[in-house]
Amino acid sequence: MFGNFIINGEKKEISFHSSDLLLTLLRDNGFTEVKEGCRQGDCGACLVLLAGKAVNSCQVLAASVMDMEITTVKGLGTIHEPHIIQSAFVETGAVQCGFCTPGMIIAAYALLKKNPTPDAEEIKEGLDGNLCRCTGYEKIIDAVKLALKKDRAK
Amino acid sequence: MNDFLNIGKAVPKRDSLSLATGREKFTADIQLDNTLHLALLYSPHAHAEILDIDYEAALKLEGVVEVLCYKNVPRVLHTTAGQGFPEPSPYDTVLFDRRVRFVGDRVALVAAESMEIARQALRLIKVEYRLLEELFDIEKAMSDSAPRLHVDDEFARIPVPYQPEKNLAATLDITFGDPDKAFREADFVEERTYSMHYASHCAIEPHTTSAFFDEQGRLVIITSTQVPFHARRIVGYLLDIPTGEIRVIKPRIGGGFGGKQEVILEPLAALVAWRTKRAATITLSRSEVFISTRTRHAMRIHLKTGVSKEGRITALDMDALMNAGAYGPHALTVLSNTGSKVLPLFNKIDHLKFKGRTVYTNLPVGGAYRGYGATQGYFALNQHLDIIARRLERDPIELCKEWHIGEGEGSRVFEVLGEGTEGVEQIIRSCKLDECLDRGAEAIGWHEKRNQRLKGPKERVRGVGLAVAMQGSGIPEVDMGSASMKMNEDASFNLLVGATDIGTGSDTILAQIAAEVLKIPSQKIIVLSSDTDLTPFDVGAYASSTTYISGGAVQKCALKIKEQIISVAANMLKAETKELYLGEERVINRQSGEELPLQDICTYALYTKDQFQIQAQASHTASESPPPFAAQFAEVEVDLLTGRVDVVKFVSAVDCGQPINPPLAEGQVEGAVINGISYALCEEYNFNSKGKMVNPSFGDYKIFTAADIPEMETIIVSSYEQSGPFGAKSISEIAINGPPPAIANAIFDAAGVRMYHTPFTPERVWQELNK
Ligand code: FES
Ligand code: FES
Repeated sequence: MFGNFIINGEKKEISFHSSDLLLTLLRDNGFTEVKEGCRQGDCGACLVLLAGKAVNSCQVLAASVMDMEITTVKGLGTIHEPHIIQSAFVETGAVQCGFCTPGMIIAAYALLKKNPTPDAEEIKEGLDGNLCRCTGYEKIIDAVKLALKKDRAK
Repeated sequence: MNDFLNIGKAVPKRDSLSLATGREKFTADIQLDNTLHLALLYSPHAHAEILDIDYEAALKLEGVVEVLCYKNVPRVLHTTAGQGFPEPSPYDTVLFDRRVRFVGDRVALVAAESMEIARQALRLIKVEYRLLEELFDIEKAMSDSAPRLHVDDEFARIPVPYQPEKNLAATLDITFGDPDKAFREADFVEERTYSMHYASHCAIEPHTTSAFFDEQGRLVIITSTQVPFHARRIVGYLLDIPTGEIRVIKPRIGGGFGGKQEVILEPLAALVAWRTKRAATITLSRSEVFISTRTRHAMRIHLKTGVSKEGRITALDMDALMNAGAYGPHALTVLSNTGSKVLPLFNKIDHLKFKGRTVYTNLPVGGAYRGYGATQGYFALNQHLDIIARRLERDPIELCKEWHIGEGEGSRVFEVLGEGTEGVEQIIRSCKLDECLDRGAEAIGWHEKRNQRLKGPKERVRGVGLAVAMQGSGIPEVDMGSASMKMNEDASFNLLVGATDIGTGSDTILAQIAAEVLKIPSQKIIVLSSDTDLTPFDVGAYASSTTYISGGAVQKCALKIKEQIISVAANMLKAETKELYLGEERVINRQSGEELPLQDICTYALYTKDQFQIQAQASHTASESPPPFAAQFAEVEVDLLTGRVDVVKFVSAVDCGQPINPPLAEGQVEGAVINGISYALCEEYNFNSKGKMVNPSFGDYKIFTAADIPEMETIIVSSYEQSGPFGAKSISEIAINGPPPAIANAIFDAAGVRMYHTPFTPERVWQELNK
């Protein structure tokens, strides 16, 4: 079947199967920045923003989100104009293998949207759905704190 | 301290921005046109003989291109362990066998036009099994009545103790002095049994591989691996394809931790591509990763020490029984590391015995896992240290300072325990363990908190625990890394390394090393790593080797470049080379003060006179493996009602030589610590009575998230290792060794119960509390 999807601000007509997951649809159409770590809703690597809310794209049927605004990590910033959160991840050393990073950044973004002044515990809770095996989370939490600080200084 | 331009600087990891903005490609992100999707059928039985496989129906399904099993794939014995050649691991594995040896063993493979079709086809394959008696208990594996797992032509490639007829995948026995006599004469003897359990590496990127033919008909393999060169060699061997016909490319890798030091999927994708002349791709699901790939070896350690009342260990006997699971990758070397990385730490013990046995069972296969046997050994040794200290009413920190190996000292264990061969004699040149102990103790509040039975809120008690460890830096006289470099006219340099950045940041620190030699900013180094067509050889990312071994190669290579730069400059300036030296981005004449920018030198060499490309290559091996040292401290809170253990604070003080990039070094420690805590407290393979793992998902196999982590403090204690590049040693593995024993010791300090067996789940701790 065909459907319209708005991905990172661009409207696209995409052919897909009615049973396709949003994750599959995105990856099959070049949005490979959305990662697959489990396909069971447990790891957060596939996290995207759906109309501004963070969802695991492996838990969403593509057919159910036609015409909705979908944002991946590429939609937040680019290598030339990174989002504050993206630069904060770089500066704090929060990226090791980087496989969890797109999902983590989406989680951090959604957290700061919902709660622009999270304390340390709230940051940890906000990232609770995202697994990272490399960093031990310490520098990821630092990154979110740095992004907060930078955002305030703006 | 040296005045470095690049070393010791917080240079951002060079691919971190491209990763954070989603631009980098991992293996599964490189989507090939018209690729076949591969799906595997696994054994539902722990031990069985396959009488027949009927795959006619599967093959007839539209979209199925190939079905592979023992009937149509040549039986070539090999090991999946990505180690140097010839491997010390037994050749006990074939791609598809007639016998299956664990739930998750490979039975057949389907190649189809889509994953859905491939999965559907799997359901059409009929397998007739004859069930065989299963073996799950490591203690029983060697008994006469135990079923045998490997009864055909399995063999060891090098002369190592391998006795499959006794279910022994490896054995080791060393004795110094007269332990029996020393035990008799000791003032007291402490003897305990400890054990550690199965665990999964849980790299968030699952194992994945693609293979295809390039324009000229050569086989290209893109794969999520720690060992591209070993993967090329093993695929060539299994498929009987010359090495030159194979190109292995490592894109970005989503973590390894030892789990991708194993050549598991590459031969399958390559085989399908080879047979069908089409692209083939395979990505494991999370549950397949848990069930069918590799694990941390479960191990039981019996430790006995004879102690004098003055507080000296006079004799030590370590008996390690390791569970290989169904096959033996790393069966010998993980076992030997339990001795060789652990026993030399307390090197003043005159009478020593180490007995190691690795046995086959019908359970998932062990492999390399961060810490590599040292984790298991240190779990026992550090609890023993605590037990002895309590008996002597001494501070374990003081005892440790008296016992541990120091600068200028060696250990006989280094000489006898190598990686499948004898070891290599070595003298420690850098050891700041005392400083690690002192600074760590200060950070955790050791002296105020230990033995205080501090109360927490409600029914909770608090305590602190210590663990010390050393690891290694590469495998001496085995590991080799190499690098090549060339200069461009803007004074940038291409650095090509075989070293495999799997997320550790090795591309970044190797660039820092090269840049330091050449006195330029590291951004001027362009790094390409791990493409077997383009880069020189490297054994790969394991054994904590990259900084020390590959870094050594890069340093040597850059020094050769520097020599060439000086010699071109001498021609240009009509000066003697010895009058010149390299300044920041320029060559300077000591006498005249004349300066030449590097750009001019390269431009001259490329275009002007006596033209040539400034370029060099170098390889590096080491005759020693200088250990990093660590002192790690846990503060825990134990709930006396529920048995729940929370780590409140965790401190790691690590001597890694000169840190090349401190934030990256800290990141290695922090990642290892959280993996270690998570393993100690909650990660667990749950098996049913038939040997099947029943919790193969992140939902049921719980690993720590950000919400679970304690306050963490990481102290990098600099030392200078004269044999390492700019004084560096390793750091990637060591910090996983401390959490389990430090937490166990802290639980004892808090609640007075000793946890001899991991994991310390609430149920187990509750049981101990209520004994
Ligand atoms: S892939 Fe969606 S949560 Fe793991
Ligand atoms: S950086 Fe590797 S999983 Fe998070």
